[in-house]
Amino acid sequence: MDDNKKHLEDLTHIRSMMDRSSRFLSLSGLSGVFAGIYALIGAAIVYFDFQAGSMSYAQYVRSAVGEERPTVRIYYLIGVAILVLLASIVTGFAFTSRKAKKQNLKMWDSSAKLMMSNLMIPLIAGGALGIIFLQSGDFKYVAPITLLFYGMGLYSASKYSFVELRYLGLCEIALGLIGCAYIGYGLLLWSIGFGVLHIVYGAFMYYKYERKID
Amino acid sequence: MKGFNQLNKAFESRVRLGVMSILMVNDWVNYKDMKETLGLTDGNLASHISSLEKLEYIEVRKQFIGKKPLTSYSATKLGKLEFKKHIDALEKLLGR
Repeated sequence: MDDNKKHLEDLTHIRSMMDRSSRFLSLSGLSGVFAGIYALIGAAIVYFDFQAGSMSYAQYVRSAVGEERPTVRIYYLIGVAILVLLASIVTGFAFTSRKAKKQNLKMWDSSAKLMMSNLMIPLIAGGALGIIFLQSGDFKYVAPITLLFYGMGLYSASKYSFVELRYLGLCEIALGLIGCAYIGYGLLLWSIGFGVLHIVYGAFMYYKYERKID
Repeated sequence: MKGFNQLNKAFESRVRLGVMSILMVNDWVNYKDMKETLGLTDGNLASHISSLEKLEYIEVRKQFIGKKPLTSYSATKLGKLEFKKHIDALEKLLGR
């Protein structure tokens, strides 16, 4: 029996060392919940900003470029997006460093770097493409494109972090593609993808992995 | 030649088990990262590393980053094979 117990502990140790050294597991679920809340607030601001004008978001993106359209405050919209992103990063960083401390792990290790580069490169490319579209005045693909690129980033980052991120990534990709196909639902899908899904994913991860250590 | 179902004595220690686990999933790992992942203090790791090196289960690479020496480790083909056998034996003993 004692031998058996040692063998089992050995196997658990092997698994945990493999995970710990190759996956970034300090990422906190709570950072997802907060990112989701910020995204919903951001989406609401954009929604009401359009409502306050003469056209709703859906009417606006469905109208053709060059048609008689009200001017949209592009830099205001970019500002809202950047604020949402920054707030999410700062909160995420705080929760993640707290979790790493509790687990006695170093936060910024080689797996964290691998995960971040896999996530950030598609994200930056998507963000840049979004800004290019915004500046040309063609709005309709901006929200779905950010979803699509974010999903691809999450998918590749999942190799170096929680496997569950892969499913979140696939959902974001699906929402992004739906948004490209059905113009006008971009803002709604964006709120689902960046808002609701983050909250659901974050809460799920928190209950699954973190409640114990808190 | 060791029997197929036998545990490898070299992996009896938790530290060596940990070192090999880490090297199974990472190409090169430096001393500092290894120590931190395993949660060890200085001195403890070195002797285990050199015994794995003697068995030719791991390979050692010494580099200089500026003036600082950086020692990294990697599992050899033999090391990976032996470790895989050890895991199989553990699983078999547990009836999996």
